[in-house]
Amino acid sequence: MSESVPRYWREIKIRERLIGSKCEDCGRITFPPRKVCPYCRSRKLTEVELPKKGKLLSYSVVRKPPAEFEKYAPYVIGIITLENGVNVISQLTDIDLKDVKIGMELEGVLRKYREEGEEGLIHYGIKFRPRIK
Amino acid sequence: MKPIVVGVGMTKVGEHWDESLKSLAVEASLEAIDSSGLTPEVIVFSNMMSGRLQVQDHLGTLLADELGLRGLPAVRVEAACASGGVAFHVAYNMIKSGIYKVALVVGAEKMSDTSTEQTTTALMTAEDREYTGFYGASFVSLNALAHRLYMEKFNVSEEEMASLAVLSHENGVNNPFAMYRRKISTKEVLESPYVADPIHLLEAAPISDGAAAVVLASEEVAKTKSSVVSVEASTVATDAIRYYEREDLLTFESAKKAFMNAVSASKIEKDRIDILELHDAFTIVGYLTLESAGIAERGKAAKLVASNKFTLSDKPAVNTMGGLKSRGHPIGATGLYQISELYLQLTNNAGKNQVDNAKIGVAFNVGGVGTTTSVSVLKRR
Repeated sequence: MSESVPRYWREIKIRERLIGSKCEDCGRITFPPRKVCPYCRSRKLTEVELPKKGKLLSYSVVRKPPAEFEKYAPYVIGIITLENGVNVISQLTDIDLKDVKIGMELEGVLRKYREEGEEGLIHYGIKFRPRIK
Repeated sequence: MKPIVVGVGMTKVGEHWDESLKSLAVEASLEAIDSSGLTPEVIVFSNMMSGRLQVQDHLGTLLADELGLRGLPAVRVEAACASGGVAFHVAYNMIKSGIYKVALVVGAEKMSDTSTEQTTTALMTAEDREYTGFYGASFVSLNALAHRLYMEKFNVSEEEMASLAVLSHENGVNNPFAMYRRKISTKEVLESPYVADPIHLLEAAPISDGAAAVVLASEEVAKTKSSVVSVEASTVATDAIRYYEREDLLTFESAKKAFMNAVSASKIEKDRIDILELHDAFTIVGYLTLESAGIAERGKAAKLVASNKFTLSDKPAVNTMGGLKSRGHPIGATGLYQISELYLQLTNNAGKNQVDNAKIGVAFNVGGVGTTTSVSVLKRR
């Protein structure tokens, strides 16, 4: 499915910089940012940038992808617990499937997700790779 | 005042190349209406993806017209894979309110009009498009994240994980409406290719076409009928739309809440359930539902199924007509297949799979990764 430029544009900071929100009342951080805290229903939320380092909590290999990802399969999807305890979902990159292990240390890097054909948008976002020491 | 099930109708689940979404819905509806002997006053249509798969919405009115019932109030209900159970909940409350006396609730989904990739994209709309769909996750892969975590945390083997698929197929053999009427072995499951590791093809419910319908009536109207199945409770609960945000990734809070509310509304405790219809779109969904509802101990559900619990002679018997895995999973229709199958059991019409003296049946219809759960409690009066 192709996305309109404005729809893509308004998500850029969230997808490329991992912007979440922090609740001024209960202190919990959520990703993506939102208007109401899901934990205490406070509306006093401010945007925060999330850390780009974390650990792999679980993963899967997408072999039957959605139509727009057809030419990229197979690829690895994972839930990553960031250093501040917040979970995000992302693709893994720069790694062989056999080396993927739950608990491994990862870091976020900016990568291409997909292209909408020759003249369409190119989607970028954070992917996670094994942490370089 | 308890709504009474006065009629059901089902099409066979499968790849219906000669049938449309509309014709499937009409077939199931007419059968339900005819078996009830009543004329509906309102229509509730359950469907998830017609806007994307058929480029057709406005389904309530469309069906009213096709059924020769122009003028009737009609609504469409959508809650991903839980659409059927949630539509049933809406119809249940319409009858309970006293405003309507007879309601037709029909679920239909036609998934073979599009390519697997297009259907996969449509299924992902059960999650948050902008922050989960963007990353290329498929719906199966989200369940696979739970599946892997469950195996790791509770030390569950691949063989044990496969066992619910084997059980469902064992029962589906005798269901004339089921899509795949054959037994499968654990070995066959584990030798089938991965759809999204570690979920094998034979652990995932098939893409299918089908429609199922139920006519609900008020007690007053049903009095003149021979119908004996009452709806003791119909509940719905929801959880975080993005699976990765859950506090505990191995508890379905929605199933826990919906079941708790169903128990308190019906006064029916879990040890009295004779038949349990689980939403085995993936085996992990069945296990986490059992555990979240407190029917199995945490981390033990897969091991219980693997040790031959929940068979037809057990209490509760699970997925007595094949579940989603063998009967098939035409998304918007699934919740109503579950209700219809419970009805067959409770009226002694379940054929070779009839559970002796079945009095109480419960269905869990789950949308997303435990994101919405609807629980229905049916009882033979």
